[in-house]
Amino acid sequence: MASDPLSRAFTALADPTRRDIVAHLAVVREATVSDLAEPHDMSIQAISKHIKVLEGAGLVSRARDAQRRPVRLEGEVLQLMTKWIERYRREWEDRFSRLDEVLAELGDEDQPATPDDQEHDQP
Amino acid sequence: MTSSTMTRNDTTITVEPGQTTIVVTREFDAPRERVFRAFTDPELVARWLGPRNQTMTVERYDARGGGDYRYLCASDDGRESWFRGVFHEVREPEHITQTFQFEPLEDAVALEHHVFEDVGGRTRLTMTSIFESVAARDGMVASGMDEGVFDSMDRLAELLADGGEHPS
Repeated sequence: MASDPLSRAFTALADPTRRDIVAHLAVVREATVSDLAEPHDMSIQAISKHIKVLEGAGLVSRARDAQRRPVRLEGEVLQLMTKWIERYRREWEDRFSRLDEVLAELGDEDQPATPDDQEHDQP
Repeated sequence: MTSSTMTRNDTTITVEPGQTTIVVTREFDAPRERVFRAFTDPELVARWLGPRNQTMTVERYDARGGGDYRYLCASDDGRESWFRGVFHEVREPEHITQTFQFEPLEDAVALEHHVFEDVGGRTRLTMTSIFESVAARDGMVASGMDEGVFDSMDRLAELLADGGEHPS
């Protein structure tokens, strides 16, 4: 079993269900195990196992006192927001780069005979 | 937090702490009629709007007031995400008002304004998404982690390694 925090987080987030749980908690801040099980068509037990892995990786914590023991993201994970914003920006930059290409193609359609191109297609 | 390098055609994201909006701005070397077309023609939209390394399939894209849209983004490993929304107003070539929803998050519907400004034959695009709470807004920024940052283990390692710290 991996021992350093990076490897534990790395391993925990390799699973798509656990990534969904983290993303969901980023929206709702805290949720019970049954809340988290609901969208996944999985048993409470199966989700509990996933949450234990996330907990072991320090990505989520569970309140000890309250009876429903809500699950929440650890503060350090929330601090990754800055990184997420940069990643979010890169995602849009990616889309817009593709959009640039689409726009360039549309430009060619609109202007089939710009002065630069005239030598190719003159009748 | 604002990412604001001001070289030409850079994408700027504004996500202020405690606010419910995400503002994305970008300029394009094309007249706004053309940019507007790339936002409203389903075949063109499918070519750029999906996340990287995912196949985008447009089920509906009826870009006019009262019309709606729904599309699927599928990754190579078989994970599928559906998105949908309704066009409130589509005013060529300057403004689109629509809703946006990642389908599994049914209480996190955003209202989006896409404004296309003419800047000397080029186009300045400002996309403002308004969420119903700060938590929902933050979740939108974070949720891309599903398909974005974790699609590469290298990037994940990088993210976790320098999260919150700034080594010189």
